[in-house]
Amino acid sequence: MSENGHHVVSPKIYALILAFLLIGTWVTVEAAKINLGRWNIVLALAIATTKMSLVILFFMHGKYSPKRTQLVIAAGFFWLAIMLGLTMTDYTTRNPEPSRSANPPAITIHGA
Amino acid sequence: MHRTGELFGQFKTLDQQKETATLGMWIFLVTEILFFGGLFLTYSINRHEFPTAFGVGGNMLSLPLGFANTIVLIASSFTMAMSVWSAQTSNKKLVPLFLILTLALGTVFLGVKVVEYKQKFDHHLIPGHSFDITYCSRNPEACQLEGKDLADEVKEIKEGIEAEGSVVALNAHAQLYFSLYFGMTGLHALHMIVGAGLLLYLILEARKGRFDANYNTPVENIGLYWHFVDIVWIFLFPLLYLINRHLA
Repeated sequence: MSENGHHVVSPKIYALILAFLLIGTWVTVEAAKINLGRWNIVLALAIATTKMSLVILFFMHGKYSPKRTQLVIAAGFFWLAIMLGLTMTDYTTRNPEPSRSANPPAITIHGA
Repeated sequence: MHRTGELFGQFKTLDQQKETATLGMWIFLVTEILFFGGLFLTYSINRHEFPTAFGVGGNMLSLPLGFANTIVLIASSFTMAMSVWSAQTSNKKLVPLFLILTLALGTVFLGVKVVEYKQKFDHHLIPGHSFDITYCSRNPEACQLEGKDLADEVKEIKEGIEAEGSVVALNAHAQLYFSLYFGMTGLHALHMIVGAGLLLYLILEARKGRFDANYNTPVENIGLYWHFVDIVWIFLFPLLYLINRHLA
């Protein structure tokens, strides 16, 4: 099925995915109105990622693509994850800028 | 001029030729993921640094318009998928029909975007020297704000100033939010405009009956592009419109 490139996804499946996407949009709006603290963003991104996966797998035929194509898709998100993940782990764990005037770093001048 | 659906010398079969074209399209889309990824990263860092100002900015967007546009774009992805199906099943009359529907929905999306941008212009929310996040709270009649909405707006601006330390700081960081808002939605809209041009080309070709079960690579690949643009919006909508709705 994945090797002949002729897989036809039926309109029924497309309609089902459309329904899921619309429900997902409604859920994300309603969820945003509830105060979940820092979990609001986690939930919003989880819903968005689910919607994206549905679009890629069915609308974009990712599920029925050859392994080679699937590897390219996965690689794209892998690099994106590296860029976002590593940068944010840096930014979110930094200490506030140390005040240099209040606490100047010790400077040693050799040979002075 | 080569005939459509002709097998080129470097390929063994038409399937292999089509798979290669689709693979190439995906490689282009991967570069697009990283292109938009840079903007999402900039957004994440700045939102992490200035959560209050970003929250205040996000609540200034119109949720009904953003929500409606999300529905419109998702529907256009569905009609696009249906045009691919029509081509694959040689329903030659349905192909241009679904493509026209897709283009129409895409145009509606861009039209709503114009209305939203105009509103931001009227509310002094375009980054630049006339940017003023407090404008609507001080000129409620110009922004058609009254009753509870006005009270919420005033309260939010007040809390924003407290958290940021000063009006100047709130303005500066809210301006950063709106720069990203216009940068990201603007780049997205540019992709939509390019997509609309590609759809126009597809419609003209489809009306000549060019696409069927044997040859539909352009429909399939432009479809991939259109769905990609949809995915970008699926993330832009919650990140830009829904950041701080629970505090509104």
